[in-house]
Amino acid sequence: MQRYFLSRFIQSVLLLFGVLLLVFLLVRVTGDPARLMMPREATTEEVETFREAMGFNRPVLVQFWDFLSKAIRGDFGESLHYRTPAMKLVLERLPATLWLASVALLYAMLVAIPLGLIGGFKPGSLADLFGRLVALSGQSIPNFWLAMMLILLFAVRLGWFPSFGRDEWKSVIMPAFVLGLPTMGRIVRLTRSSVLEIRSEDFIRTAYSKGLDPRVIYIKHVLRNVLIPLVSMIGVSFGYMLGGSIYIEAVFAWPGTGQLIQLAIGWRDFPLVQAIAVFVSVAVLTLNLLTDMAYVIIDPRIRYGD
Amino acid sequence: MATNRAAHAEDSFLDIKRTFWDRLVYAGQFLLRDRSGIIGLLLFLVVVIAAVFSPQLSPYNPLSQDLRNSKLPPGWVEGGSWDHPFGTDSLGRDIFSRIIYGARVSLTISFFGVLMAGGIGLIIGTFAGYFGGRVDAVIMGVVNLILSLPYLLFVVFIAAILGRSLLNVILIFGITDAPLFARITRGEVLRIRELGYVESANSAGARWDRIIFDHILPNLIGPLITVATFEVSAMIFYEAGLGFLGLSVPPTVPSWGNMLSVGRQYLVNAPWLATFPGLAIMFTSLGMNLLGDWLRDVLDPRLRRARK
Repeated sequence: MQRYFLSRFIQSVLLLFGVLLLVFLLVRVTGDPARLMMPREATTEEVETFREAMGFNRPVLVQFWDFLSKAIRGDFGESLHYRTPAMKLVLERLPATLWLASVALLYAMLVAIPLGLIGGFKPGSLADLFGRLVALSGQSIPNFWLAMMLILLFAVRLGWFPSFGRDEWKSVIMPAFVLGLPTMGRIVRLTRSSVLEIRSEDFIRTAYSKGLDPRVIYIKHVLRNVLIPLVSMIGVSFGYMLGGSIYIEAVFAWPGTGQLIQLAIGWRDFPLVQAIAVFVSVAVLTLNLLTDMAYVIIDPRIRYGD
Repeated sequence: MATNRAAHAEDSFLDIKRTFWDRLVYAGQFLLRDRSGIIGLLLFLVVVIAAVFSPQLSPYNPLSQDLRNSKLPPGWVEGGSWDHPFGTDSLGRDIFSRIIYGARVSLTISFFGVLMAGGIGLIIGTFAGYFGGRVDAVIMGVVNLILSLPYLLFVVFIAAILGRSLLNVILIFGITDAPLFARITRGEVLRIRELGYVESANSAGARWDRIIFDHILPNLIGPLITVATFEVSAMIFYEAGLGFLGLSVPPTVPSWGNMLSVGRQYLVNAPWLATFPGLAIMFTSLGMNLLGDWLRDVLDPRLRRARK
């Protein structure tokens, strides 16, 4: 097990290197990062001065080494707009996004897992129908559009919730609801289909024929096995939410990294965009590492590398 | 005896002996038994018809402005007129016509996006899965890296760098979505490669190209079509999201995403600007999802049994 953890950790470091390489290369796809980051109306001399100042005239490998060695220490250069270290700006904003995504994930799980379990144990029941409806709407309704519709109803017309910002505890309810909706749908579907699948396995029939209490079978035999795909799904979902929160933060003016990246794009402040992309990716990679470890602990069949 | 054989035939949709016509009839029978599949197909057809016949179906030119009649509410609302059933936007353009043309934009992007992603993914995935070894390890390393990133964040990042054009949007989705297809293809290739008939083809001396084209690729079509259906729906979402942030096709193009972006600015005073494009996306996506579920049932009997 330790060997697996070690190799998985090394893999994460490689992934981190991949992220840094990708983020470094992306601002250079158009061929001229200086042009990209300067306003369109900038003169050739201004662009040249900027290129000199940013070191974009050096060989690419030198630039990458420079980027890499600074990035490891958390230095992504200065934000072009704020003239302060990009990392500091991101770290100020990251908690708001993590908070939003955590609330969204937690509520999505709390609603979706019971719905999926009921659906799997009693297919065709009213609760199952409701669960499938939730799953289908989570997949089919664009959540940032739903967010606007909810603002119209609950903020503008009824005045129950604030329509933007993060000033009161109630502020998180609407953004978290819409951010969690697609994930909720996917968790319902996954839970339901894995319960159905596991229920038809041989070892469940054996358990029944041994005369075990059905409650014991549900909890000890079915639930434990349902947990396994769920854990990895939840890890993936969190990453999806950190990316998807861009739209939700846009609608609700939520002061997180999603809103910051939008502003940064508007200002063509690409050092800041790079810093955000790296930090959010690191958050996701860390989470994936943790879920993979949880995986080994939950599922005794998996003894990687032992 | 006869019923027994029929029951057996039901599970062998991809049976080699069946002709194309038999398969079509079978799919049709299955569709008739699946009500949600029919609804999905109908919704999808409505969107396809809207996209193909946009000029004939839309009452107005989607680009022509009429500032005196800007922000007219929909026909059934007080102050609205049935000349513009869904109302007009901030520049007096007919929303109904723009929704119809938007179907064309959305389907173009998602169709070519999926085609490109599927094509690249199919080649990479087959290559990695069939040849295995170090090539497989490197390819899948990159694929898994991309799949583990916060996807939407990187799509926004890339879109901001490349700039707004139809081709760029298709390229972005076509490339960033390819790893998903690659992973699914590889998994299927690994499974199929071990099946008895591939082994017998191998021992009969068939070359690798023959095995891939004659024995592996035909069996990939089913799962890939299912994934493609869901991805069409996903790409319509992604386009809407990019448009919403002002990063999709140029602002003059009547895409559902661009309409949502304008609608957001007038959300309180003219909510119909944002309402209708959202409904259009929902309608299309619902159709594709129902259709995808049905396709999965038809094309993959293994999953059908588990679903009940």
